[in-house]
Amino acid sequence: MIAAAAFYLFAAILIASAVMVVTARNPVHSVLFLILAFFNAAALFLIAGAEFLAMILVIVYVGAVAVLFLFVVMMLDIDFARLREGFQRYAPIGAIVGGILFLELVLVLGAWTFADQAEALRIAPTPPSPVTNTEALGLLLYTDYIYLFQAAGLILLVAMIGAIVLTLRGRPAMRRQNIAVQIARSGSVAAEKVPVGAGIRELGIRRPPPPEETRRLAEPAHGEADHGERH
Amino acid sequence: MTQPLLADYFPILVFLAIAGGIALAMVGGSLLLARQKPDPEKLSAYECGFEPFDDTRRRFDVRFYLVAILFIIFDLEVAFLFPWAVALGDIGWFGFWSMMAFLGVLTIGFIYEWRKGALDWE
Amino acid sequence: MDGFLASPAGVLVITVAQTLALLVPVLIAVAYLTWAERKVLAAIQLRKGPNVVGPFGLLQPFADAIKMLMKETVIPSGANRLLFIMAPMLTFLLAMVAWAVIPVQDGWAIADINVGILYLFAISSLGVYGIIIAGWASNSKYAFLGALRSAAQMVSYEVSIGFVIVTVLLCVGSLNLTQIVRAQESVWFFIPLFPMFVIFFISALAETNRAPFDLPEGESELVAGFFVEYSSMSFALFFLGEYANMILMSALATILFLGGWLPPINAEPFTWIPGFVWFALKVALCLFVFIWARATFPRYRYDQLMRLGWKVFLPFSLFWLVLTAGVLKLTGWLPA
Repeated sequence: MIAAAAFYLFAAILIASAVMVVTARNPVHSVLFLILAFFNAAALFLIAGAEFLAMILVIVYVGAVAVLFLFVVMMLDIDFARLREGFQRYAPIGAIVGGILFLELVLVLGAWTFADQAEALRIAPTPPSPVTNTEALGLLLYTDYIYLFQAAGLILLVAMIGAIVLTLRGRPAMRRQNIAVQIARSGSVAAEKVPVGAGIRELGIRRPPPPEETRRLAEPAHGEADHGERH
Repeated sequence: MTQPLLADYFPILVFLAIAGGIALAMVGGSLLLARQKPDPEKLSAYECGFEPFDDTRRRFDVRFYLVAILFIIFDLEVAFLFPWAVALGDIGWFGFWSMMAFLGVLTIGFIYEWRKGALDWE
Repeated sequence: MDGFLASPAGVLVITVAQTLALLVPVLIAVAYLTWAERKVLAAIQLRKGPNVVGPFGLLQPFADAIKMLMKETVIPSGANRLLFIMAPMLTFLLAMVAWAVIPVQDGWAIADINVGILYLFAISSLGVYGIIIAGWASNSKYAFLGALRSAAQMVSYEVSIGFVIVTVLLCVGSLNLTQIVRAQESVWFFIPLFPMFVIFFISALAETNRAPFDLPEGESELVAGFFVEYSSMSFALFFLGEYANMILMSALATILFLGGWLPPINAEPFTWIPGFVWFALKVALCLFVFIWARATFPRYRYDQLMRLGWKVFLPFSLFWLVLTAGVLKLTGWLPA
């Protein structure tokens, strides 16, 4: 009973937030409603007994994908007026496409029949088993469904390469830090130890130079040799 | 029956409600107790005392997008690793090596990223 | 009485009581962590910390709280009001909700779910949102930049945290937090998995935006980063959320590596001390190291920080994961 009430509650909020995703004006609000939809979908998974999937939905979709959406949406400058300009012109075509899709939905739902075992499954979606949901998945995924699993790996590889190919233009030579080189430097460019308390006259550093020497400024003054490389 | 499984999650809802109540009480308490006297100086964005120079929108920085995409991919890799770690005792060497193949594929992608410089200057 | 306790209303009352019994000490701990941080930092820097308000400054957190309460909440013009108020509440809420699954002692986890560690991983993934929303809703360039950088930093170190958690799971065989602690009855995991413990600890420092990884909210750079526009209670909520996150990460480190509620030696004098006291002691040790790290190390520059996360921690934790799996499989020491 409580499970049924919870199901209807989460399903209702899910549908409502899905509608808001499409109709919200501000794209950031859209993404926030999408996040709410993901949470409710995770709750529905929980009610069905798929706890691993529910948590992974939150971790991957809400924690990673929606963050990506938010990054992009927040950084883009979207001009709302121009976005809505074409609405009047394309409304009839949009209505036709929407109507076709709606007809398809009606056809599919009208031809729907329930299997004989469906009644029993709805009451107890997951049979009581000695292993947890996660372990049950683990027992099957890497052995029986290995091809699908490796295909998933290949899809992730393609995504990685695709993202880099699409976004990485040849960056100009950035000044990069090579830590190994920095640590391995010899004593010649390191700081020089001077006796404490010695005055500048004893050390041979004279500032400012006397007037007759300003005309021939041959070499730079001491102490400026290693100011250059600030990364 | 799903009931015992769901019953385990009920305390989380209670936690949410109570923690939300505490947070609301704190913010509400402050709004009630403190004297609110907004004036334009206080309300303007902080920019070391100057007027804001331009709009908040920065030029789109593609490095954040790259970091987010790489995070999605490695997060999915970790998601695949969880059931494997739990079931490793029962899937034998075949299961072990299938995961190693998966990790190998993703490591190739990682090396590609490294060489291309996608992991740099972030 | 028994009938009432078994009924739904009774279950609700018991759960609320358990929740408060856990949340109130955690909140007090968060408040006193601020005091402890100031005292420990002061001691390391050879000065006294707060010692004016109450003996040894022990009433300092209350003085801070009352001050925050009495200050005006400034909502900057152009800021998105609802999101602006909601962001710190979200951070605080997430830090509190995670405590539902933490077993302070054997059988004391309020929600002993089968996927406890995944739940905690999800909570830390969601922590990014409070920051992004705060930065964006402030309508300020500095806040937004700080928020983006902080979010990118947190996200980068979460991958290595994920690999470390999987390594621990290899040794346990279950995602349940109570099981993870019970599996350490023979040896605490920080001994065989010591490099993973180090990586986890440093990644936790980066996750919680603590020094030396606190550039996005550095007080001396970027003007307090993403919460530059926040004042009074919203600011306090962020701070409380950050410290609560620190305690949460320490608790997670304790559960994963330091044996949770288990005493160091399962012998008589040690077993007289109840489990939750051991847990609290270990969490306090981790927190002390957090504060110690803040006092000792200079801040990482942002590109150095990202380099560390992607180019050092990720490959190394992945390598150690494969190594651990291989060793466990070869020797047959895998849990059932």
